[in-house]
Amino acid sequence: MKFGVVVFPGSNCDIDCYKVLSNVLKKDVDYIWHDTENIEEYDVIILPGGFSYGDYLRCGAIARFSKIMDSVVKHANKGKLVIGICNGFQILTEVGLLPGALIRNNNLKFICKTVPIRIENNTTPFTLNYKEGQVINIPIAHGEGNYFIDEEGLAELEKNNQIVFRYCSKEGLIDDKSNPNGSVNSIAGICNKAGNVLGMMPHPERASEILLGNEDGLALFKSMIDYLERGHFK
Amino acid sequence: MKAVVYVTLKKGISDPQGNAVKEALNSLGYKEVDKVRIGKIIELELEDIKREEAESKIKEMCEKLLANTVMEKYSFEILEG
Repeated sequence: MKFGVVVFPGSNCDIDCYKVLSNVLKKDVDYIWHDTENIEEYDVIILPGGFSYGDYLRCGAIARFSKIMDSVVKHANKGKLVIGICNGFQILTEVGLLPGALIRNNNLKFICKTVPIRIENNTTPFTLNYKEGQVINIPIAHGEGNYFIDEEGLAELEKNNQIVFRYCSKEGLIDDKSNPNGSVNSIAGICNKAGNVLGMMPHPERASEILLGNEDGLALFKSMIDYLERGHFK
Repeated sequence: MKAVVYVTLKKGISDPQGNAVKEALNSLGYKEVDKVRIGKIIELELEDIKREEAESKIKEMCEKLLANTVMEKYSFEILEG
């Protein structure tokens, strides 16, 4: 089982992802430079948070044309796992592996704080170690995390159970007050139809060690490992 | 040859940046301002190619990279040549 963390110029959460997998979970993980084309040895590709290419033009717009992205699309189309966190989520929407777009936070602020999110779908390879409806606390850190999709697209997401996380209150209620950035229907993370590509704005890698104050995000990485160990691939 | 590309948010997409500027204009006394939308201007300098060719290439650039058509619309003008 091998994980690859893609490093774009401007990635800054790559090390956090790498360390959760290598130090905390003792798994085989590599950094992969963005101009790499052959990623066949990897089971999971992680697009980390940060500011790829300075986020000039639009978040993720330039990274989407990195050499590695064609291979990431192929990897995803084979049914292998891809997760995009924060800037990685923005890249996944830009490249078309996930629908919708991330626009500027409603309140114009860059928000950096830990927020409660609710597990809406625990049947994905990324969330099987959580309970449906479970509330976990995960940090967010973004200026453009306001998820937008048109009504038709939203109905499609709901119908296919593609909404994986929603921002919620401490008690798990979904309301405007607990929606930090204005996302449509409080969406914090979605998957593709097949369920093997996940995009999320919150940072589970920043919440995966008690030493850092919170390990609510660890089960996400463990879920992927359990899923792979069942031998669904290879 | 020079071209200017205008990228703006589609109607219905919230524009908090525009709203903040509108509030600021209102508080400066410009009460007649009802709405502000903020977009981008991208200037392109191109080799001299045929106008039709430039048009189709710029359209392609917009669709591919310069605008995210999920949330943005674009227009452009060719200034010289």
